[in-house]
Amino acid sequence: MKTFEYARAESPADAVRKFAPGAMYLGGGTNLVDLMRLGVARPDHLVDVSRLPLDAVEEAGDRVRIGAAVRNSDLAAHPLIRSRYPMLARALLAGASGQVRNMATVAGNLLQRTRCAYFQDVTRPCNKREPGSGCPAIEGDHTNLAILGASHACVATHPSDMAVALAALDAEVHVTGPGGDKIIPMPGLHRLPGDAPERDTVLDPGDLITGVELPAPPPGASLYRKVRERASFAFALASIAAVLDVRDGTVAGCRIALGSLAHAPWRAERAEQVLVGGPATGEAFLTAAEAELEQARALPRNAFKVPLARNLIVRALEELAS
Amino acid sequence: MNRVEGRVKVTGLATYAAEYPVEGVTYAYPVQSRVAKGRVRRVDASAALAMPGVLAVLSCEDPPRLATEAEGELALFQSRDVAYRGQLVAAAVADTYENARAAADAIVVEYDQDVHDVSLRADHPGLYRPEVVNPAFPSDTEKGDIEAGLDAAETTVDVTYTTPVLHNNPMEPHAALALWDEEGRLLVYDTAQGTSSSRDMIASTLGLPKEHVRVVSRHVGGGFGSKGTTRPQAVLAALAARAAGRPVKIALTRQQMFDVTGYRTPTIQRLRLGVDSDGRLTALDHTAYEQSSTLEEFAEQTAVPARVMYATPALRTAHRLVRLDVATPSWMRAPGECPGMYALESAMDELAFAAGIDPIELRVRNEPETAPDSGLPFSSRNLVACLREGARRFGWDRRDPAPGIVREGEWMVGTGVAASTYPAVRRPSRARVTMREGDFLVQVAAADIGTGSRTALTAIAAGALGVAPDRVHVELGDSDLPEAPVAGGSMGTASWGSAVVRACEALKVNGTEGVADTTDEVKQDARLARHAFGAQFAEVRVNAVTGEVRLSRLLGVFAAGRIVDPVLARSQFIGGMTMGAGMALMEETLTDEEFGGFLRRDLAQYHVPACADLPDVEAVWLDEDDGELNPMGSKGIGEIGIVGTAAAIGNAVHHATGHRVRDLPITPPKILALRF
Repeated sequence: MKTFEYARAESPADAVRKFAPGAMYLGGGTNLVDLMRLGVARPDHLVDVSRLPLDAVEEAGDRVRIGAAVRNSDLAAHPLIRSRYPMLARALLAGASGQVRNMATVAGNLLQRTRCAYFQDVTRPCNKREPGSGCPAIEGDHTNLAILGASHACVATHPSDMAVALAALDAEVHVTGPGGDKIIPMPGLHRLPGDAPERDTVLDPGDLITGVELPAPPPGASLYRKVRERASFAFALASIAAVLDVRDGTVAGCRIALGSLAHAPWRAERAEQVLVGGPATGEAFLTAAEAELEQARALPRNAFKVPLARNLIVRALEELAS
Repeated sequence: MNRVEGRVKVTGLATYAAEYPVEGVTYAYPVQSRVAKGRVRRVDASAALAMPGVLAVLSCEDPPRLATEAEGELALFQSRDVAYRGQLVAAAVADTYENARAAADAIVVEYDQDVHDVSLRADHPGLYRPEVVNPAFPSDTEKGDIEAGLDAAETTVDVTYTTPVLHNNPMEPHAALALWDEEGRLLVYDTAQGTSSSRDMIASTLGLPKEHVRVVSRHVGGGFGSKGTTRPQAVLAALAARAAGRPVKIALTRQQMFDVTGYRTPTIQRLRLGVDSDGRLTALDHTAYEQSSTLEEFAEQTAVPARVMYATPALRTAHRLVRLDVATPSWMRAPGECPGMYALESAMDELAFAAGIDPIELRVRNEPETAPDSGLPFSSRNLVACLREGARRFGWDRRDPAPGIVREGEWMVGTGVAASTYPAVRRPSRARVTMREGDFLVQVAAADIGTGSRTALTAIAAGALGVAPDRVHVELGDSDLPEAPVAGGSMGTASWGSAVVRACEALKVNGTEGVADTTDEVKQDARLARHAFGAQFAEVRVNAVTGEVRLSRLLGVFAAGRIVDPVLARSQFIGGMTMGAGMALMEETLTDEEFGGFLRRDLAQYHVPACADLPDVEAVWLDEDDGELNPMGSKGIGEIGIVGTAAAIGNAVHHATGHRVRDLPITPPKILALRF
């Protein structure tokens, strides 16, 4: 294991100041420490931001602000989240295990890396880990990799459940950094791989997520559903966060975000466009799902994700409409 | 009776191999091959040797001295040939674990790479018939005329099943701590399922008299067979300690465990069965295709259970093996019975369905009077009673045999049954019992790999001596104790217990000490066919939207002689059934066709069941009085729980959906490929 320097930040500004080249921010460590043990992450400096005073969940008018260091289990249990954003609570509780959720932070959850087997194995090529080395997943094990928005360089998926719910809720990610403060609307934090799969997000070096702000919950019913072959403690084969507002049989509003299908939480904008203003019928839901999945590009081992995503969209909307 | 070692385990005082405090200990970290086939052209250790704290580098550039008998996976660094990706090709020894690992990273290994072949296929040109299959069964058997039997049948099935590479994955990683003394004697704290056999193997590999080697494994955190044979970490620790002149500790990482501690071979199994209009088998033909490495032949006895299960005038079993550029497969919980009974019991279900016979009834009608292959009488056989009792408890009579008709919303619901069996074998063992200040010290080189064998042996000795268990103290896990066989093959308790009882009997005559050696006694066992039997019942829910399969109920009913300790026994049965559920629904190691070696080498990717996957699992047993077995009247129970589980679950998936998935594990992608 490579030696590194460890420093604890006293404030967000102090964290950014301490962020030297080759540094990484340390939150709960539930992914980064694993990656360091595997040799995938090799930071020279760790700046510990887990104890920054960013651990509150607060009401701000009709919005809710969540500190970046709030632990996943605390967020899932918070009355404001449970009452106003039950979909987010469900997504959080669908992730990892109780022990991991007790450690994992909001920012760390957003910034966790793909679990692609090749990415996590330094003895095999991976364009995300080692740009230009190749992507053996495309002809190898891509069972749980992307069918949407992938590139010839990378078919990795983003594994978070929480981020899928945040994408459906139009959450805003608050960032501070060497270049000042900025606000990034979800799902814009994560990028598609293109020719630069080594970049998971639009963040610049030294950028620090300080919190997430949730707008007022959208009208309508919502749900989060996750599919996995093991009933607990497994990453999704696919997941969906959906909100549906039906008035007099017509779709007044709709939000659909899909997980584990792309390099980023995937907002199903095409499906939403097809649905809004139209009838809330099973036929319309299927048309919308198929419109979204026309852009799917499956590989031999993950072709099941296309019918799975279609079924999930249709079934989620049917359930919300009833 | 509570586990006698419970207190030291929950208080953290129990010492596992890597935990012994040893002064001046140093650490070894291995380097693994990056190619699947080829030769090591050069190992450059110069950078590693210049790093802080580095004491030695071992590799084929300067092969450490081993006995000429050293072979296969244990002949470390003796050859430049690479047999598989992940094989140990070098190691660094340093003052700290971190320095050893950093030095290992700095060792440069260059290869001349050959084209590898890592894919098992039923039409592989390299397939051959092994002389014997594990441990010493004939590879092929044939009785009667298979083709005539199939021709005469009213109904036949001809089906092929595949099972993937599976890994044992005990919680405690394989570890070793080796110390040499000034007289050249070696002490190894190892993660061994048997200290006597581990001592013998380490001694013969290093070319030492076995009196110069001592292996200690007081507590072992699970093995499931992967610690039943000596693993490279034990030999590497000894070699590294010799090279460094210091004690050396090794604990393999989870990823390394996937590479060098054995696994269950993938199998391709073809079953041809015929049945007449009365539901009696006319033919049973079982062929298994499996792999081994180029280093060692390990041929899993996958078709062997078909030799004891059903009465049939024509019975053929065969094994075909191909040597690939892969690691050597080895024992994993119920080698042979586990994959073989998955295929046989799935095929029996297919046959029952095709013939329109209840699957329990089909099995009952084909109950043999004597062992079908050997003709030997059974010491006891209560398969039918297990099936009947399980049917009663499970509510089998309420089952509509038509598949695909019970639907609850998105969920299709079905039930399935399968038989289980496992041999009840003993091996020779020694034991010594000594009276000390009114208490009794029982000494035997047995192993407690988490099963509770200390507790079971305490109860057995107390019973034989006629004293309270708190006056009995069992010492095990040390090769300096009286020689004993491994904890494996479900024969530990039967073997060690027999010797303990005989030693106790001798003590009662002698008054202060009793010793026993059961070699002669065990020779008599061959007169009878000795097997435990069981029946497993599963209820599954298959989601038509997502392809998820959830196991809502699992029941096992077993007939395994007298149960020595009900608490320990239930834990063994349920543990086996849980592992069988994993095999059915999630466990799978992928072979990397492009680079060789394995993919999914950690527990986040290789899924074993979580508690939520088994909301309702129960194991019960019948009273079975078998006086032919051993002084305890017991049959081993470590493995039968995993036998038949996957078939029961697969059969339930068929009942739920109307479709057969013949390729394990049964995962959402395979369900979503079906049409409902």
